[in-house]
Amino acid sequence: MGLLDASISRHNVLVTSVDNVLNWARLSSLWPMGFGLACCAIEMMATNASNYDLERFGIFPRSSPRQSDLMIVAGTVTMKMAERVVKLYEQMPEPRYVLSMGSCSNCGGPYWEHGYHVLKGVDRIIPVDVYVPGCPPRPESLIGGLMKVQELIRMEQIGISRADALKKLAEKSVDPGMVIRRERKVAGA
Amino acid sequence: MEEGTVYSQHVAQSADAWAIIHEKFGDAVSAFDPNETMPFFEVLDLSQWQKIALFMRDHPKLKFNYMACLSGVDYPAEEKVGIVCNLESLGVLNHRIAVKLKCSRTGGSIPSVACVWHTANWHEREAYDMYGMTFTGHPDMRRILCPDDWEGFPLLKDYKVQESYHGVKVPY
Repeated sequence: MGLLDASISRHNVLVTSVDNVLNWARLSSLWPMGFGLACCAIEMMATNASNYDLERFGIFPRSSPRQSDLMIVAGTVTMKMAERVVKLYEQMPEPRYVLSMGSCSNCGGPYWEHGYHVLKGVDRIIPVDVYVPGCPPRPESLIGGLMKVQELIRMEQIGISRADALKKLAEKSVDPGMVIRRERKVAGA
Repeated sequence: MEEGTVYSQHVAQSADAWAIIHEKFGDAVSAFDPNETMPFFEVLDLSQWQKIALFMRDHPKLKFNYMACLSGVDYPAEEKVGIVCNLESLGVLNHRIAVKLKCSRTGGSIPSVACVWHTANWHEREAYDMYGMTFTGHPDMRRILCPDDWEGFPLLKDYKVQESYHGVKVPY
């Protein structure tokens, strides 16, 4: 699937489209902003650490929004924090992606009814590309979400909007249940 | 305290401490409540609270050197809000007692003891943030958890959350 998987011959010359090269470069060095808000941040840190090793995907956290491509909203967004999240998002250069990690930032989570101080979904203040469910999601889920962001980048083309890319991604979606069943069958479970 | 009642050891210690306070301040403090979980008394004359607090901290037989907690309480039936201070004599006399104070539910105030126990500084700000009573003499009487321009006091029983905050919808 990757650009380098195609065999390179003829004096290291590879003919491909500009879209392909740009998308490949972006999705292979997806730098998230290093910030966490609650318990989801612990899972995010675990995913960054050696056991799950996000760096093998070229994903490693940056300390400045100006160097980041991706914002992982990992945790409960309070009303007080919401304005800071918007400020950080606005400081990120385009193209920028947002991954909402965990129930709290998806929809308010356990605070949906009585949490007067919690923003009921980070998509009320910034556009979200990928939602990862869970409370908190396991590192595997987060990696799944990050792969989804990479898929989204793969759908992009010069001249098409993010909304169109998301539409293309939705059309191309694979039922994970089918994949899981197939893998289980292969493993003999 | 009734004569002849038998308390467990730690309640008896608290009762002795209360007796010293009661002897000095008389009717400014209520009767002793031998609650097994946390024995307590109430300060009835709020204007005496700072003096009582200093007395409790410095008297050689009291030495309440540690404020373990200061919580807010809402009493809607009495039209009052209040605080509960859990005090201990940590590493000195090893006794403990809780002190309750109540003030009016609307615009009430309680003297601050932030100058007596520094722990009270942030705890009193939290009580104000959640229940709305002010603390007179507090060095920095602002909200501590909610944003400065938040409406209402969230832990009051009749609290209704605001519809929007800075243009963002608050309820689900």
